[in-house]
Amino acid sequence: MLTYFIQRLVYVVPVALGVSVFCFLLVHIAPGDPLTAVMPIDATAEQQAAMRAAYGFDKPLPVQFLVWLGNALAGDLGNSIATGRPVAGEVMRAVGNTLILAFAASLIGFSLGILFGFIAGYFKDTPIDRAVTALSITGVSVPNYWLGIVLVVIFSVMLGWLPSTGAGPGGSSAWRWDVEHLRFIVLPAVTLSVVPMGIVARTVRALVGDVLSQDFVTALAAKGMGRAGILRHVMRNVAPTTLSVVGLQLGYLLGGSILIETVFNWPGTGFLLSNAIFQRDLPLLQGTILVLALFFVFVNLLVDLVQPLVDPRIKRT
Amino acid sequence: MIWKFLRGAALAALPAAAIAAAPVDAFAAGTLRIGMTASDIPLTTGQTDQGGEGMRFMGYTLYDALVNWDLGSAEKPSVLTPGLAVEWGVDEADKTKWTFKLREGVTFHDGSAFNAEAVVWNLDKLLKEDSEQYDPRQAAQGKSRIPAVSSYKAVDDLTLEIVTREPDATLPYQLAWIMMSSPANWETQGKDWEKVASSPSGTGPWKLDSFVPRERAELVPNPDYWDGTRVPKLDRLVLLPLPEPNARSAALMSGQVDWIEAPAPDLVPALEGNGFQIVSNTLPHNWTWHLSRLEGSPWNDLNVRKAANLAIDRESMKQLLGGLMVPAKGFLPPSSQWFGKPEFDVRYDPEEAKRLLTEAGHGPDNRLKVKALISPSGSGQMLPLPMNEFIQQNLAEVGIDVEFEVVEWNTMINIWRAGAESENALGTQSINFSYFIQDPFTGLIRHLSCDLIAPNGTNWGHYCDPEMDALFKEIRNTFDPEAQDEVMRRTHEKYVNEALFLMVTHDVAPRALSPKVKGFVQAQNWFQDFAPITIEE
Repeated sequence: MLTYFIQRLVYVVPVALGVSVFCFLLVHIAPGDPLTAVMPIDATAEQQAAMRAAYGFDKPLPVQFLVWLGNALAGDLGNSIATGRPVAGEVMRAVGNTLILAFAASLIGFSLGILFGFIAGYFKDTPIDRAVTALSITGVSVPNYWLGIVLVVIFSVMLGWLPSTGAGPGGSSAWRWDVEHLRFIVLPAVTLSVVPMGIVARTVRALVGDVLSQDFVTALAAKGMGRAGILRHVMRNVAPTTLSVVGLQLGYLLGGSILIETVFNWPGTGFLLSNAIFQRDLPLLQGTILVLALFFVFVNLLVDLVQPLVDPRIKRT
Repeated sequence: MIWKFLRGAALAALPAAAIAAAPVDAFAAGTLRIGMTASDIPLTTGQTDQGGEGMRFMGYTLYDALVNWDLGSAEKPSVLTPGLAVEWGVDEADKTKWTFKLREGVTFHDGSAFNAEAVVWNLDKLLKEDSEQYDPRQAAQGKSRIPAVSSYKAVDDLTLEIVTREPDATLPYQLAWIMMSSPANWETQGKDWEKVASSPSGTGPWKLDSFVPRERAELVPNPDYWDGTRVPKLDRLVLLPLPEPNARSAALMSGQVDWIEAPAPDLVPALEGNGFQIVSNTLPHNWTWHLSRLEGSPWNDLNVRKAANLAIDRESMKQLLGGLMVPAKGFLPPSSQWFGKPEFDVRYDPEEAKRLLTEAGHGPDNRLKVKALISPSGSGQMLPLPMNEFIQQNLAEVGIDVEFEVVEWNTMINIWRAGAESENALGTQSINFSYFIQDPFTGLIRHLSCDLIAPNGTNWGHYCDPEMDALFKEIRNTFDPEAQDEVMRRTHEKYVNEALFLMVTHDVAPRALSPKVKGFVQAQNWFQDFAPITIEE
């Protein structure tokens, strides 16, 4: 068991290093000049060269990478080119906002997904199953930025019930978990939850249907176990795979959605990324991608570590 | 079971319904909330970033320049007006030596006095790299705006002397870019520009009250502003970066903001239908094809240049843009004080265009082929793809076949800086680049000066004509503003008569306002005055 934990922890190191190399290269092979964003459009060649040297862009790529990695290991992700503010601070603030949104979206998405999946699986091949399946396929297939815009048109523009942009009346720094602020999160969270809800519902449906058709369920029923008891057994059998899927989806939610955060002007990591991309703000882009990728790695690690606790079979292997 | 579930779901939905029923933001009367197109709050320390929008919202609000733009009229082109300097003039004997008399009794928001030493301190902040207050971020924005400045000193408390590298009568226009921040405040903030960013201090009509990076900035009036007529009437001005056009429009229509910059043209009818005001005005901006004049370029032939200019059906293009453009009659907008009376009438006349092309040796059997560089988007580029396709069709009708090279906007900026001769230009003979043309340098000089041929400057097409250079020299050497305007007019006439650009259109800076917003006068300028605005509840 301990070997399993250590093995999982050790795997993280090469993955994280690979991720850092990849995100460094990714932003450097993209076309465009990071200084375009910060210099007036007719700055002279001399002024541009001075600026390039000031940011270290005149050095060879491997040198730039090692300097960046060294600083990143010390917790310093550099300063944003466009704003001059430290990247670490910018990313952490955005991560905080994305966590709020991800928390709300997972609350909606996972609970409804599991519930719908269970109902559909239990009533497999009935009209209820078909209705739930249709709903979950729609959830997965509808482009969520489109859904976001439609929700804004209906609930903000036409009905005037909910705000369409921002993270609270005073910005995200004044965020509180009260009705006034929660109104701002309803539309983005619902929009963001639709895809994970569909995926979780479909997975749970298939798993429940599969477990229900197994011999041990028939045996339990033959022994006279009640419906509630059987469902408890089904749940325990369904849990490990569901957890893996939920973990992956959680990683997706924590990554923030560029499209949804842009549509709703939610100041999270997706919004930050899209700004960094448009401004060619390389340090900000690298820092944000790195933090997000590490988040993903971390959540997967967490899922791997929790798995044996819910599935004794893994412990035995 | 299903009914139990449904009952549970209905109960769970109740808090959501309670949330939805709460009223949409209630703000104090007199608060104007603006959705900007910028993706971040512009730099607050003095010299702003985010282009013209940055100066509009965080430059001319918190700060003043020595020489300001007069933003009080919508009808006539804006002109320079005394700002922190009350008068200025050049030495009769030495035309590089300027004296500025400063305004008496002006204080910064922190209460410290504005004087000639403060101006010297601010110029050092941008130009003197070994000065303690030198700020690379502000220098990146401000240094290239004042290329003429060579040295400066405080003569006495209210007199400043500036020496230029060579005689340059455009100095006041250059200085209108330079914002004066408070030296005392910088000291108070521990000489740290990052701290100054959260509590800046200028002399302007607004003070920064609070600021959340990338999300919002709140400005309150400066009741002690030196120009009593420009003390803001509003209680508060809230600036929100909303870069996505649909999000911006939705925020306006749902009542989260009262004003948005640049609504998408296709949403304008919907906004108007919902009672919003669409305001626009001529802007010192143009949308052209900057032509290559390298050897072998088809644009070296005057007849070809004139023919292309006569082939564009600008009125139909205006319909394409929902009416939000001013058809070009020259390089500068028709209402510009520097337009003059050019002989070549820029109009839609395809027959004349065909005649000129025949004269140039082209015809149905010998169609002219040109290669043009365009971008799919970009700041000030309006709707470049449909507009360029429209031009392609117009030119094809008179016998010019256009092949496009489409490059991403940031790449295009780099090609523009590198010039037509650079191999990055992909052998194109024109670049579709929109220009800020507010003063003599940005308006005319920088595009065609021989000494500014790219990559040394922004003369992309390598044009060089001694006659034009003589005119530019005359502009720089004419110190009487009215006489200088006259030279500007003659220069512009040459621009048009020789059809030096494919002159297509000017943007009108549309903005959509809630009907509650009253008293806004949209100046013919990139900057605007928010002082006279009120909100009627």
